Amino acid sequence: MTEKILEVNDLKINFNTDSGTVQAIRDVYFDLKPGETLALVGESGSGKSVTTRALMGLLAKNARIERGSVQFKGKELIDLPEDEYRDIRGSEIAMIFQDPMTSLDPTMKIGQQIAEPLIKHQKMGKKEAWDKALDMMNLVGIPNAEAHINDYPHQFSGGMRQRIVIAIALIDNPEVLIADEPTTALDVTIQAQILDLMKKIQKEFGTSIIFITHDLGVVAGMADRVAVMYAGQIVEIGTIDEIYGFPQHPYTWGLLNSMPTTQTDRGSLEAIPGTPPDLLNPPVGDAFAARNQYALAIDEKQQPPYFQLSPTHFAATWLLDEQAPEVVPPLTVRQRWAKYQQAHPDASNKHAKPVEASAILAR
Amino acid sequence: MVENRKKMVEVKHLDITFNKGRRNQTLAVQNTSFDIFEGETFGLVGESGSGKTTIGRTIMKLYEPSAGEVLYDGTNVHDIKKKADLKQFHQDVQMIFQDPQASLDLRMKVKDIVAEGLDANGLVSGKDERDRIVEEMLETVGLKKEHANRYPHEFSGGQRQRIGIARALAMNPKFIIADEPISALDVSIQAQVVNLMQKLQEERNLTYLFIAHDLSMVKYISDRIGVLHWGKMVEIGTSDEVYNHPLHDYTRSLLSSIPEPDPEIEKAREPIIYDPTREMDGKERHMIEVAPEHFVWATEEEVPMYQERAREFGLI
Repeated sequence: MTEKILEVNDLKINFNTDSGTVQAIRDVYFDLKPGETLALVGESGSGKSVTTRALMGLLAKNARIERGSVQFKGKELIDLPEDEYRDIRGSEIAMIFQDPMTSLDPTMKIGQQIAEPLIKHQKMGKKEAWDKALDMMNLVGIPNAEAHINDYPHQFSGGMRQRIVIAIALIDNPEVLIADEPTTALDVTIQAQILDLMKKIQKEFGTSIIFITHDLGVVAGMADRVAVMYAGQIVEIGTIDEIYGFPQHPYTWGLLNSMPTTQTDRGSLEAIPGTPPDLLNPPVGDAFAARNQYALAIDEKQQPPYFQLSPTHFAATWLLDEQAPEVVPPLTVRQRWAKYQQAHPDASNKHAKPVEASAILAR
Repeated sequence: MVENRKKMVEVKHLDITFNKGRRNQTLAVQNTSFDIFEGETFGLVGESGSGKTTIGRTIMKLYEPSAGEVLYDGTNVHDIKKKADLKQFHQDVQMIFQDPQASLDLRMKVKDIVAEGLDANGLVSGKDERDRIVEEMLETVGLKKEHANRYPHEFSGGQRQRIGIARALAMNPKFIIADEPISALDVSIQAQVVNLMQKLQEERNLTYLFIAHDLSMVKYISDRIGVLHWGKMVEIGTSDEVYNHPLHDYTRSLLSSIPEPDPEIEKAREPIIYDPTREMDGKERHMIEVAPEHFVWATEEEVPMYQERAREFGLI
């Protein structure tokens, strides 16, 4: 078993608001191995960004970590003093955001912004740091980098700005890169280039990536594993082939089914009805039950445990219980299953066993 | 069949110039022509800065064209000057915006937002009629009539977009310009809004101009599609043909970048990089019908090449 770089164990985070306590993260478990890409997929409010902010030690003031642990290379990050966090944040765990303009300083030359972490963290000399910045600009594909090192962010297009942000994030050679919807604000052709760049960089440096998105299309070519989040919980986690080929949670089905591909016929797109639950008062049973056409009676009363389908694949849905009736998933999901089962004749959801959530970490 | 369709909107050789006569003069849209037929959805795709929003706003009479014209129901929209005619135009043509957060006044109640156009145009005679229309519209878009007295911040993004649609529908429009109506929404909610728009189109025989950069959704909702690049329309055709048999290199590049929720396809993806050199050779180009109803922006010399492509696809 390779050593883990990151392990999130039983994390629970609440926010105190004027209207009450919002249970934003509810018992989340996942881990990350060196060089691996984990996608956190879910809608706004599902807790994906809060999870990563907790990793970065950047939670808002009204957030309270109720319990759980976040270990980075064996070191506990929860309640780490701020001065120690500063040595990790940005240099060992770096982050890129959706809108590059929010993370760039509009009044600072980009060369300086890229070189700054080296000067601050590694106490490098200015000349050397700027040389490294130039190398990094070339690496992330900023054309004619030498001529632009003294330019300001507004002189670049959106795609180029995101490349600059990536250059800043990577200059310290971090071990973990957290990318929060890094391509959502970009055009598709530029998105394809940025995704390519991230793959190339990962190959070169062996960086581990946590990729946050609401779009299952974007991560299909990027991720090694996918965790689907809903209402502050991971409802399904597995390898990329398991999640796209053999999805088990009705929310994952809904997500896959509500995205048209260029082959989807008019009138056949099925939306997930309704809206996510209010986390001020999370529902008692399965949080997705109210929007779930496959919901069982027990979903209203009791939260489902994780059912394990393979050493890497877990789904929290009562449909996998041995007493559950057999349901027919949407057509597009049945097609995915059929294709997956051709390649993996042993794949079956008949014998999934309920397990403790911590089993996710035991792969 | 082609002759029977009524042209709702005709865009003819449209040029739109910003900052005309100044140093920073920008030709945002160049010599663009297309028609939108009654009852259809015309999808306009292109990257940011390609001019798609500018075209939408010009049809809406928010910008003056520097050359060419826009006809709505046979009349040049920029000649509509009389008060009564303007009122009719602003009733017929409505817009839905990208960011429901930004396009709704946060200090107004939902009922006042929905009735805003009615009030401005003096279309309701009393409070009862106003309330009745508002309730009807909210229910049409899948909200509840009790929502009328709430404020926008009490709603999710998808619900806010429904409020925006209700506001447009209250005017009983014939033609709706939807400018990136789903881009700010979560994937699961996007499908809800698109399905709602399709349902309304069938019930009310609406005509849509659907502007977007999400290509798979545009393909799904549109009957025909126009592809814009740098202010120029480079290809127009039925959505099936444009997606399955793209003729212009830019369209091919754009389509090759659409991510699909399938790891096998994604791992094998090789995006085609578009080389714009040829486009910048300064030669005169026109929209040429290479296959039936399938137009490409080309010089006379390029036509045989596109015809060859169309032949390979079996389009001609």
